[in-house]
Amino acid sequence: MLRYKQLIPIEVLGSRVLTVVRYAGGLGILLMATIKCIFAGLVSKKVRIDRKEISAQMIRVGLKSLGIVCLVQGFIGMILALQMAPSLANYGQEGQIAAIIGIAGFRMMGPIITAVVLSGFAGASIAAEIGTMVVAEEIEAMNAMALNPIRFLVVPRVIATTIMMLLLTPIADMMIALGGYFVSWAELGPQVYAKYWATLHDNLEYRDFYTGLIQATVFGVLISLIACYEGLRVRGGAEGVGKATTMTVVNSIVAIILAACVFTVIFYMFKL
Amino acid sequence: MAHTNKNSAEPVVRVVNLVKRFGDYTVLRGVNLEVYPGEMLVIMGGSGCGKSTLLRNMIGTFVPEEGYVEILGENLSNADDHQLDDIRKRFGILFQSGALFNSMTVGENVALPLREHTDLDPDTIDIMVKIKLEQVGLREAEDLMPAEISGGMKKRAGLARAAALDPEILFYDEPSAGLDPVTSAEIDFLMIDLAKKLGVASVVVTHEMDSAFRIADRMVMLDAGVVLMSGRKEEFEAIRDGEPTGDHTKDLIRQFLRGDSQGPITQRRQNSGYEEDLLNVASGGW
Repeated sequence: MLRYKQLIPIEVLGSRVLTVVRYAGGLGILLMATIKCIFAGLVSKKVRIDRKEISAQMIRVGLKSLGIVCLVQGFIGMILALQMAPSLANYGQEGQIAAIIGIAGFRMMGPIITAVVLSGFAGASIAAEIGTMVVAEEIEAMNAMALNPIRFLVVPRVIATTIMMLLLTPIADMMIALGGYFVSWAELGPQVYAKYWATLHDNLEYRDFYTGLIQATVFGVLISLIACYEGLRVRGGAEGVGKATTMTVVNSIVAIILAACVFTVIFYMFKL
Repeated sequence: MAHTNKNSAEPVVRVVNLVKRFGDYTVLRGVNLEVYPGEMLVIMGGSGCGKSTLLRNMIGTFVPEEGYVEILGENLSNADDHQLDDIRKRFGILFQSGALFNSMTVGENVALPLREHTDLDPDTIDIMVKIKLEQVGLREAEDLMPAEISGGMKKRAGLARAAALDPEILFYDEPSAGLDPVTSAEIDFLMIDLAKKLGVASVVVTHEMDSAFRIADRMVMLDAGVVLMSGRKEEFEAIRDGEPTGDHTKDLIRQFLRGDSQGPITQRRQNSGYEEDLLNVASGGW
């Protein structure tokens, strides 16, 4: 057997690429199984999707993270306004702060920052919960009792996280705008805050809002899917659970940024 | 309670030439065994001998590399997911830890298979849950969470859940593990009682000898992935209580059954590859 350091760099690169491909493949298989299960639940009465469990997960994923999402997004709005003010003032354009905050917030910062908060808040806890169930033989018991863990665990969490991403994102967008308004009122003067809401309204288009929501949907699916995947493949007790929670946050953030980049390119190409 | 009659009944579980590998490591090397209706078969063996792997092959968690497992006449290797689920509804399993769902109460745990796999109305399910919990002496714990009950109670609750759908076979993975002797004996008698009342066949994987001799009709001794001996409890008792014979296999079984610190098992451990290990370290290999 070769030692790791004896491998030549191309082999290391190859093995890394293989790991990523395998991971993406695993996620893809889980996604397909989840979609299949959701469709079966919609079509057949035999496949029950537990609505109570979905609402319980929505409370856990969304409602409990509402406060932190509002707080973080409010601060993002404040930071954006304060960072842009001096540069824009040089050109006498500080009145445009609201327009930039609106577009940046609604199109990108709202969904991305909400997704990052949710990956730490909800993703990690989903991975830890499912990972602990694996360690406690609960998943094996589920399979042995002819209960499909995907229907039972993955489907409600994916649906709940996606819905909550969709509901939290508009709130996050508003909090960014409010944060910007707050520092404009407190620090930047009437040339900024007097026409803040009017400027925001004039410069925002519907597409700024719905492109943000499209991204929020995909981010919600990514976070919950990665969390469930990491949880389900936990091996080796408490250490495995710890690793799964860490990897959920790391991989979710990478996936979110990657997806945002892909979306930006697509929206740019199609002038959305 | 021996209902065993090999000539008159078809086996409910049939394991044929089962080979299971993990990578290069072969855990099961051609295991054959049969379980008949109503009997209690105990599978014994030391840690790492492959008995848990065998159990997981029998319940369809693992897919064997060679050979096959037949449950109630159905070959698990040929079954698709849907068929496998149909077979799984006909047997119950008690896991080592009880494997109760921690987010549900004891009652909800027992109700789950009934809720998911039957069309019974909630009131009937509620009554059945009470009956099942009463059978294992746990009716008062219906509304408690698994974290609030003891290890022995968890096993009882796990047993009530495993028996919820009136299965034809019950599998037990180390039912006495982690329990004090009295609780362990209580679980044993509960298993015997359930087997009698429900008329189920039971397959028990254990290395607790007191428990094994208390419950078994028939026993199978597994070692290094092969069946060393299979026979009635009395045959094993004769080996346990007899003198060493010089027959390596029988002496190995005798040492295991008696829990002696000296014997063929100990010798094998001491002889296995110590020098090679040292030489391997010296030459810098893995």
